[in-house]
Amino acid sequence: MTATVVVTGLGVAAPNGLGAEDYWNAVLRGVSGIDRLTRFDPTPYPATLAGEITGFDASASLPGRLLPQTDRMTQLALVGADCAFADAGVRPAELPEYDMGVVTASSSGGFEFGQNELRNLWAKGNEYVSAYQSFAWFYAVNSGQISIRNGMRGPSGVVVSDQAGGLDAVAQARRQIRKGTPLMMSGGIDASLCPWGWAALITSGRLSTGVDPATAYLPFDGRAAGHVPGEGGALLVLEDAEAALTRAAPHIYGEVAGYGATFDPAPGSGREPGLRAAIERALEDAGTRPAEVDVVFADAAALPELDRVEVEAITAVFGPRGVPVTAPKTTTGRLYSGAAALDLATALLAMRDDVIPPTTGVRLAEDYDIDLVTGAPRLLAPLRTALVLARGQGGFNSAVLVREFRGHRG
Amino acid sequence: MSNTRFTVDDLKRILSEGSGEPEGVGLREDTVDTEFTEIGYDSLALLETNSRIEREYGLRLDEELLETTTTPRALIRLVNDQLTSA
Amino acid sequence: MRQVAITGIGVTAPGGVGTKNFWDLLTSGRTATRRISTFDPSPFRSQIAAEVDFDAAAAGLSPQQERRMDRAAQFAVVTALEAVADSGTGFDDVDPHRFGVTIGSAVGATTGLDTEYRTVSDGGRLELVDHRYAVPHLYNYLVPSSFSAEVALAVGAEGPNTVVSTGCTSGLDAVGHAAELIREGSAEVMVAGATDAPISPITVACFDAIKATTPRNDDAEHASRPFDRTRNGFVLGEGCAVFVLEELGRARARGAHVYAVVAGHASRCNAFHMTGLRPDGREMAEAITVALGEAGINPDQVDYVNAHGSGTRQNDRHETAAIKRSLGEHAFRVPVSSIKSMVGHSLGAIGSIEIAASVLAMEHGVVPPTANLTTPDPECDLDYVPITARELRVDTVVSVGSGFGGFQTAMVLTKPGGAR
Repeated sequence: MTATVVVTGLGVAAPNGLGAEDYWNAVLRGVSGIDRLTRFDPTPYPATLAGEITGFDASASLPGRLLPQTDRMTQLALVGADCAFADAGVRPAELPEYDMGVVTASSSGGFEFGQNELRNLWAKGNEYVSAYQSFAWFYAVNSGQISIRNGMRGPSGVVVSDQAGGLDAVAQARRQIRKGTPLMMSGGIDASLCPWGWAALITSGRLSTGVDPATAYLPFDGRAAGHVPGEGGALLVLEDAEAALTRAAPHIYGEVAGYGATFDPAPGSGREPGLRAAIERALEDAGTRPAEVDVVFADAAALPELDRVEVEAITAVFGPRGVPVTAPKTTTGRLYSGAAALDLATALLAMRDDVIPPTTGVRLAEDYDIDLVTGAPRLLAPLRTALVLARGQGGFNSAVLVREFRGHRG
Repeated sequence: MSNTRFTVDDLKRILSEGSGEPEGVGLREDTVDTEFTEIGYDSLALLETNSRIEREYGLRLDEELLETTTTPRALIRLVNDQLTSA
Repeated sequence: MRQVAITGIGVTAPGGVGTKNFWDLLTSGRTATRRISTFDPSPFRSQIAAEVDFDAAAAGLSPQQERRMDRAAQFAVVTALEAVADSGTGFDDVDPHRFGVTIGSAVGATTGLDTEYRTVSDGGRLELVDHRYAVPHLYNYLVPSSFSAEVALAVGAEGPNTVVSTGCTSGLDAVGHAAELIREGSAEVMVAGATDAPISPITVACFDAIKATTPRNDDAEHASRPFDRTRNGFVLGEGCAVFVLEELGRARARGAHVYAVVAGHASRCNAFHMTGLRPDGREMAEAITVALGEAGINPDQVDYVNAHGSGTRQNDRHETAAIKRSLGEHAFRVPVSSIKSMVGHSLGAIGSIEIAASVLAMEHGVVPPTANLTTPDPECDLDYVPITARELRVDTVVSVGSGFGGFQTAMVLTKPGGAR
């Protein structure tokens, strides 16, 4: 029931690096993937910057038959899953089919695919809508396509909880492992950078209208004025620790030790937002005291009222400047359902290398009493325990605690 | 009466545009009698292809006949039959 | 081992809003399928649907709620409040962080997105759509977790909250997910169910493109024909069902009426095709077997199978094979029926609506029929309860679902106190 669940493989697609190592090097050096949109002309829109993935050639990695029936986010996810399996040293075809499942987070499905078919429908007529529309855009598409490509017939799922979804998916995957499925692929990879997606993102009221890539997304900074959207995320191979040890997995990045999720009270209720309770539940679930946490990866909304809520939750649990806090997502933009999964991967890489990546570009606002890691990476050996926070629009709060795996290798 | 003819090349182009290139040989002169599923095109690819043929050639292909059309040659014949009777 | 009780039911389905109207429709064997009324369906191959006659204001939504919510979210809030009222309690005694929400939906706010796209693109003419013409809350349509957020606000739940979106098994998986949270101790009470309102031009067009929906336009009332030899596709539907789930001990302690226990839930993927099904039904059978195992129920104890029964040629054959494979000889004795014959296929919502039908079948000792089943199909040779509802003591139900993406799910529901 309480089997230890570990991460043994990472697949990363980020605006500042395709593949976990490229991305990790970029984050440590503070290299940003944010720039003016190129996928379409952003001139008519108030927000013009995004974290775009460049240099991704789906046709080099995926069968030709898959390309016309998949959105960009699915193509990124299929390649991400391949990378995660390769990193884990797992050949899915060699495992029993019911011993592997997929749980991904989604936020808006294959939105660009949907945009193109809506355009066909309204500009040309209903008979122009693609035979692939019925599944290429929907929220379950990545879990379905990953399961098909890799022959994974075990329990699968899809969760949508805005930008908290990446953590909720990993928690659901951990649950399935504890119920007896030895290996789960989980996380989220997202992309909706198309005019129709952009129009919808603008109405969130949370986008930065800055035009300088270096200063457009500045959480916890006095200049914070919204975020920059990006595309990408991460997929993780999660395994029962016993199973990973038995097969001599090449890496055990860490243990998914704790999880907590809450939802904010109704606005105007006067009740405290739910983030602190989510953190406390994750710590309790892991049996970890606040003093044992070495770093917090922040949600980093970059809106003053939301940054304040996060600062208050962190200081309530850890005390003022009680724990290093970082938000490397300033170099990628916020990746929606991919955001928290990428932060989780980043936290595991930080543990591997005993280094906290910086919150690039940010000058901490004076009235936030947190120890924000800015400028250069901070060496911290040993870095054993990391807490990842994620929030979704509407009131979603999730927290996952990962820690060094202390089990014995057989 | 139309002079338009629907050829192997037309079908190959429409298959490719709508459903991509399969692994293996795909559609060639020597695979026109091979089942679509054997050359890498599933039922969805056929639905997409039929829909594209209908749009491009202004046809409405008979649904019942399509159900028993499983090879490129049979589909090409069906399209040409409907083109000449149109 | 903690057990999970269903103590409140809300249903918004074609044929009438509210649980009572829903059950009256099912037991009468009437159908709610008709020509689409919300837009002109004449250019489409399939022109029929099972629509809900829904009036947001009459259902109690404020003008502000109505404006910021897609139709599917409106269904969810109204139906959740019905379920909470039916459960006969507020949840003041529960730690709000242990009171959560899980809502299933396959296609989210697709109807709202369709309408808005048409507006901001000026009928498809603008590639660079004009965001200034969008409704102010378009983001809530973009990301359907707004559905579970709205429900949480309406019922005051501050615990775990998510939308589950596993295509057409969402309605079973959302309730299964919520039950799991209670069982493992992460929550005491969950409001869980599923909603979809997909009857829009883009959805009708995409199912036309793969000929998944029936073109039987001249006979809408009899168009949804699961397991019938003349079936030729499903009828699109819409609707919602929501439940109050709570830990069984808690429900008993407060003297709640316990409709049923969520005893088992399992989901498998066919890892075969996004829309296609292999005829052997292997993965659905596996899901049924695992769910029965979790519930500690033998196949021959199953009193009723609430089928996916969509009425496509391949589904009904696939499902029949799966039931035989998992239940063995008992498959030929157990009644199996599809309420999609009456309320259509509301994609992600239908799984929860079918849980409601299953629970009400136990409650009333009546199995709803498969309407329109007049011509037996040699390939579908089980007892599908044709045409007329059947009085029968039902203590254990298996409800199954199958969806695009290859998802196959089974849920086992039992009468409190366990199966015979």
